[in-house]
Amino acid sequence: MNIVVCLKQVPDTTDIKIDPQTNTLVRQGIKNIVNPFDTYALEEGVRVKERYGGRVTAISMGPAQAEEVLREAIATGADDAVLLSDGAFAGADTLATAYTLARAINKLEQYDVIICGRQTIDGDTGQVGPELAEMLKLSFVAYVSKIDEISNGYMRVKRMIEDGYEVMETPLPAVLTVVKEINVPRLPSLRGLTKAKSAVIPVWTAQELGVDNNMVGLSGSATRVIEIFFPQRVRCGEIFQGELESQVSRLVDKLREATIV
Amino acid sequence: MEYFLTEQQKTTKNLARRIAEERVLPVRAELDEKEEFPWAIMKDLADADMFRVFIPEEYEGLGGGCLDLCLVVEELSRVCSGVAISYAATALGCSSLLEYGTEEQKRKHLPDVASGGRLTAFALTEATAGSDVSAIRTTARREQGGYVLNGTKQFITNGGEAEIYTVIALTSPERGIRGASAFLVEKDTPGFTFGNKEKKMGLRASATRELIFRNCLIPEENIIGREGMGFVMAMRLLDRSRPGVGAQAVGLAQGALEATVDYARQRIQFGHPIISLQAVQLMLADMAIAVEAARLLVYSVAKTIDSGEKNFTEEAAMAKVFASDTAMKVTTDAVQIFGGAGYMRDYPVEKMMRDAKITQIYEGSNEALRTAIAFELRKRKARRE
Repeated sequence: MNIVVCLKQVPDTTDIKIDPQTNTLVRQGIKNIVNPFDTYALEEGVRVKERYGGRVTAISMGPAQAEEVLREAIATGADDAVLLSDGAFAGADTLATAYTLARAINKLEQYDVIICGRQTIDGDTGQVGPELAEMLKLSFVAYVSKIDEISNGYMRVKRMIEDGYEVMETPLPAVLTVVKEINVPRLPSLRGLTKAKSAVIPVWTAQELGVDNNMVGLSGSATRVIEIFFPQRVRCGEIFQGELESQVSRLVDKLREATIV
Repeated sequence: MEYFLTEQQKTTKNLARRIAEERVLPVRAELDEKEEFPWAIMKDLADADMFRVFIPEEYEGLGGGCLDLCLVVEELSRVCSGVAISYAATALGCSSLLEYGTEEQKRKHLPDVASGGRLTAFALTEATAGSDVSAIRTTARREQGGYVLNGTKQFITNGGEAEIYTVIALTSPERGIRGASAFLVEKDTPGFTFGNKEKKMGLRASATRELIFRNCLIPEENIIGREGMGFVMAMRLLDRSRPGVGAQAVGLAQGALEATVDYARQRIQFGHPIISLQAVQLMLADMAIAVEAARLLVYSVAKTIDSGEKNFTEEAAMAKVFASDTAMKVTTDAVQIFGGAGYMRDYPVEKMMRDAKITQIYEGSNEALRTAIAFELRKRKARRE
C-alpha cells in the first residue's frame, strides 16, 4: 500500500495579525505549523500503513522553510518526504497548487491512496483535495471520518455529511480528504525525531516536475486576491415600545419580513 | 541557564515537555480527582519512545542514562507528579535487571520494557520494614524447581498495573538482611495477588498497592544476582534512583513557581498586581533560587552516575533531600501567595503541595538519608580522606 499525504505549512492562527497598510497577513515573527487538518491526514496514512503495510510519502509545496513540516511528518511516522519548491510556484491558488501536486504524485508513479486534510486554516477553501482527484482522474471522497476496510483494490469509508454519515466504497487509487473526527494524531517519537534530523528530503523544482510554467504559481492561478478586509460588523438593535400586544405583533412582522418565521 | 545537555538530551526534554503540556495538562485535575491510573498517557509515552530512554541500545533502548531519565521525569512532574512517578517507577523496577540481570534475563524482558509494553515495579517496603529495611519478613524458600515466596509487600508504586516486579525476600531468614535476595516476579504468577488500591494524599494518578505472596512458586532462573545479595543490591539501586526523585521534586517546584508567577501578575490587591508587593517578590525570588540550585544538584549527581563513578551514595542522598525539601517549601509558599484561591482545587498548587510531601518520605526518608550522609562524613574523616 503506497500512501501519499499532502501537507501544508501555515501560520499559527492563534496569533494572527493583519498589516493594516497592505491588508496582508503579517508573517514576520509568526510561528509556522503544520496545517492542523493535515495532521489527521498524516496520522491516518500512518495507521493505514500500520494495518496494511507499505510506505507513507509526505508531500508539501512551499518555500524552503516548508521542509520543517516534512521533517515533523517523518518524526511522526512518514517514511519519505518530497518538497515542491520553486520561485515559479509562488502565489499559487488552489488550482495551480493541485496541478503542481498532481504532477509530483504522477512522478512518484506508485500510489494507492492519497490523503489530504479537509481544508487549510489559512485559505479555508477545501478545494485542493477534489481538484487533485480531478487532475489525477481518480475517484474522490470528502470529509472521511473512518476508513473501514481496504481490500481487493477497494476501500470502504465513512464520510460525514450535514445530518449524518454515508458509507461509501471506492476503487483504488483514490483521493480522500479527512475530518478531525477520524483520529487523534500521535506526537513525534524520539527515534522518529532522530530519523527526521538526518533524513534527506529531495526538492523538486518546476523543471524536475516538467510542468507548464503557465499552469503553476500566480500565472497558473484562475483566481486573484484583490483585497483582504475585516467584514464590518453592523449591529443595529431596535427597541419596541408601547402596549405589549402591539410589540409582539410588530416583532412577528419583523421576523416574517426577515423570513425567520 | 546552560545545563550542558547533549542534543539528544535536549530533544528528549523538549518532547517530554510537549507530551506533558498536550496530553497530561488537559487531564491532570481529572486524574487526581478520580484517582485513575494514566494508561492513555503511558501509551503516549511508549509511542514517543520515552521508555527507551533509560534502556541500553542492545535491548532496543536509546542508551541514555540517569540524566536522560531525570529530564523526562522533571518535565512530566512539572505538570503532574502522579504521572511522572508512574513512569519513573518502571525505571526503578527494571534497574535490577539492568545492573545485575543475566544476559538471558535482559534479552527476555528489557525489550518489552523499552517498548512500553510492560511496566515494572520495585518491591522492598513491608508493614514492619520502612526505613528499617532489615525488618523485612517476606521469605523465598528454595524448593525443587524454584523458590516459593510468602509475605506481603506494602505501598508498592505501580502495584497491580505493572507486569514485572523486582521483589526483595529472605532466602536465609536466619542470616537476617544478609540472607535477602532479589527476584523477578511476573504478574499472573499463581499465588501472587494484590491488595486494595491505597487512597493517598497526593500522587493520586499513580497506583499504590500491596503485593501478596501465598506459596507463590517462581522459577529458579528468576533470581536476580546471587542469593544473599538482595540487600546490597537494593541499596545500590536506590542510590541510583534517588536523583530521579530529586528530578520529580524539581519538576514539581518548577511547575508551582511558574503557576505562582502567572497568578501574582494578574491578582490585583490594593490596586496593583500582587507581584509588585515586595513581600511576594522576595518569596518568588527565594523559590526561584531554590529550584535552580536543586536542579543543578540533581543534574550534577545524575551526570556523575552516568560518568561511571561507583561511589555516589552521599551525593545521590543530597540531591534527593535538597530537592524534596525544596519542593515542599516552594509548593507551600506557592499556596501562600495564591492565598485562599490556592487552597481551592480550582488552581493546581494545592495538588502540587499534596504531591510534594511524599518526596520527603519515600525512597529513603530525608531523616534516614541525612543520617546516611553524616555516616559518610564520619567514615571519610576516619579514613583521613
